[in-house]
Amino acid sequence: MLFVRTFKNGVHPSDQKKATMKKPIRIILPEKGSEVVYPMQQHLGAPAKPVVASGDRVLLGQRIAEMGGRVSSPIHASVSGVVSAIEPRLTPTGLVSQSVIIENDGLMLEDKSLATREDWRSLSREEIIDIVRDAGVVGLGGAGFPTHIKMSPPDYTKIDCFIVNAAECEPYLTSDYRVLIEETDRLLEGVEVMLGVFPNAEAVIAIETNKMEAVNRLSALVKRNPRVDVVPLYTKYPQGAEKQLINAVTGRVVPKGGLPADVGVVVNNADTVIAVHRSVVRGRPLMRRIVTVSGGAVMNKGNYKVRIGMPISGLIEATGGFREEPAKVLCGGPMMGFAMYDLDAPIIKTSSAIVALTEREARLPEQSGCIRCGKCVEHCPMGLMPLELNKFAIAADYGKFEEYDGSSCIECGCCTYICPAKRHLAQSIKTAKRLARSR
Amino acid sequence: METAAKSRFVVSGAPHARGGDSTREIMLDVIIALLPAAVMAAFYFGFDAALLMVIGGASALLFEILWNLAVKKPAVPGDLSAVVTGLLLAFNLPPNAPFWLPIVGSLFAIVVVKQLFGGLGQNFLNPALAGRAFLMASYPAIMTDYLAVMPNQFEGITSATPLQYIKANPDAQILSSDLLTAFIGQKYGVLGETCAVALLLGGLYLILRRVVNWRVPFFYLATVAALSYALGRAGSPVYDLLTGGVMLGAFFMATDFATSPVTPAGKVIFGVGCGALTMIIRTFSGAYPEGVSYSILLMNLTVPLIDRWTRPKTFGKGKAA
Ligand code: SF4
Ligand code: SF4
Repeated sequence: MLFVRTFKNGVHPSDQKKATMKKPIRIILPEKGSEVVYPMQQHLGAPAKPVVASGDRVLLGQRIAEMGGRVSSPIHASVSGVVSAIEPRLTPTGLVSQSVIIENDGLMLEDKSLATREDWRSLSREEIIDIVRDAGVVGLGGAGFPTHIKMSPPDYTKIDCFIVNAAECEPYLTSDYRVLIEETDRLLEGVEVMLGVFPNAEAVIAIETNKMEAVNRLSALVKRNPRVDVVPLYTKYPQGAEKQLINAVTGRVVPKGGLPADVGVVVNNADTVIAVHRSVVRGRPLMRRIVTVSGGAVMNKGNYKVRIGMPISGLIEATGGFREEPAKVLCGGPMMGFAMYDLDAPIIKTSSAIVALTEREARLPEQSGCIRCGKCVEHCPMGLMPLELNKFAIAADYGKFEEYDGSSCIECGCCTYICPAKRHLAQSIKTAKRLARSR
Repeated sequence: METAAKSRFVVSGAPHARGGDSTREIMLDVIIALLPAAVMAAFYFGFDAALLMVIGGASALLFEILWNLAVKKPAVPGDLSAVVTGLLLAFNLPPNAPFWLPIVGSLFAIVVVKQLFGGLGQNFLNPALAGRAFLMASYPAIMTDYLAVMPNQFEGITSATPLQYIKANPDAQILSSDLLTAFIGQKYGVLGETCAVALLLGGLYLILRRVVNWRVPFFYLATVAALSYALGRAGSPVYDLLTGGVMLGAFFMATDFATSPVTPAGKVIFGVGCGALTMIIRTFSGAYPEGVSYSILLMNLTVPLIDRWTRPKTFGKGKAA
């Protein structure tokens, strides 16, 4: 029997994965003549800086923006065409960011720098990290933390555990699951690359038990590999949150304000490992990602391999459009995703899903007064007191907010989800975090 | 938000999903959990007793509606918490109480204890228990006249409630047949406390439905049993658990959300405190053989402190960064 691990507290939202779990990944390309939009801010850290100008011809895979600082990431053209403008555009996270806009010529002419590396196994650790950095690889799970930074902790020899985060605890999302099923070989080769960067580490592929097919398939494949293990995780939200995942897999606790590397762990999500593999083995920068398109308002729910920069409206159209006018469209899942203003924003590196909710699915109950039931406290995976933080947020008492460790909130949304009074706990705490920081 | 108006879609902050029960559903569950005890009270004490409970719940709801009208809030409350309060208040009345008694009690519980302190979730005393204490102070003779109505088919100790009896006869022998009558409820006492097994069932239902957390009732009952044993009280720890309002208090009064701690450790302390005070009052006070109401009201006052002292540990705090 496999030993199923988990973390403390959390909630059990309806997972909504059935509709897309069995849908194989389909490739979607932006139409000839359409705009492809590259916001300079699509990762955590400093925005990238454009290195092309309006009117320039660009090729597929060509770097169009360079790193804007140490914690930053370059951006590459995912089509060939002509730079038609460099101007501020709305991103799916509601941010306005300077963006390079390319008119797609539909030819997909490749930059000549793209070449497969037969000899990747002989690359040094530093060479691999440079390749990953220059390929613009960032965490594709949501936060978009540049992967090369994760690969360079203060002392890499102290990293003894590399976790592939395939928990995918967000409802609706099945993109990582499809990667596990369809791109198994590349995933395992990507793990090999990561283990080359962390010579003292063992790899753990962590998967929730609602995806047993992936657990069984991978377990069989790594059986004879002493450095790779598959760990089934109890299906509970937010199982894939970094600190909770590390605790479930290793029993270690990342210190408050600390990083996984502080406890000898590095975590990447499954699609990110694929991106590492593509950059190192196939010599291709990050140009596409897997996106789950789901929700009651879309015609063809499924998993799609999408060019980064493709406008979401184009993606929806290419998948068959809407079944009915959605009331709310999310970039990401319902627990942590962003509600979008319109569909002109492009798919960016961190867009794991587009979930279009019908009026009925989007309807939320009114909030009422806190009845002090204590459920938010009972379920907060960070051990916080959301009811108190909510009070401090409303009173704008940031001193108290900090005293009650408001800044440790991981914005998972469990508190709002579980609250019988339907209070906007996570929402207010998130805002207060930002205001407290900028004080 | 200014931009939201321009959007074609609803734009709001994550999470975009809600789960779990609403306040109304939770209160409905509490009412369901109270039903077995209510039915048993009607069975033992007759139609008038049933009417007392209906009047209690209905008058509490009415006063809440009148209050809402007075302060210009939507008249019909979105939750059923007033009904719960009124029912619990009626549970604390002697079976032959006059019909105006629950009305006066509900008025005090809903208007003074609950609404004047800010409404649901804001009051610091349990409204039903504070209402009972008020009636006790105002109409002591009526409130302690438990013996006028004989529970149906009752042939046990006929001169007192069980706790009055063992207070007067500390060396009394409690037989297992006495335990059985206490368990199924053939005893004198207030309406709601009579049938221990019905209260136990209702309480377990609430815990299984995760409406109330198990900690308060568990530690309350465990402390009562432990101290009963340690103090060598007449009867057995089981007798102390089954008599008086312990079951009613542990499952339905001490677990009141607004007036009990929200933290897990706080719930443990609160349960132990209620249990200890109950047993101290039962054993050492001259006048009160009972102890449940006052121990819970006293502990209600400590809740803000308990919550402050028992804040859960933030995940990762105290580890070297
Ligand atoms: S307070 Fe923050 S960490 Fe805790 S449940 Fe709410 S959103 Fe999650
Ligand atoms: S879950 Fe909601 S009602 Fe319950 S204590 Fe927290 S904020 Fe209050």
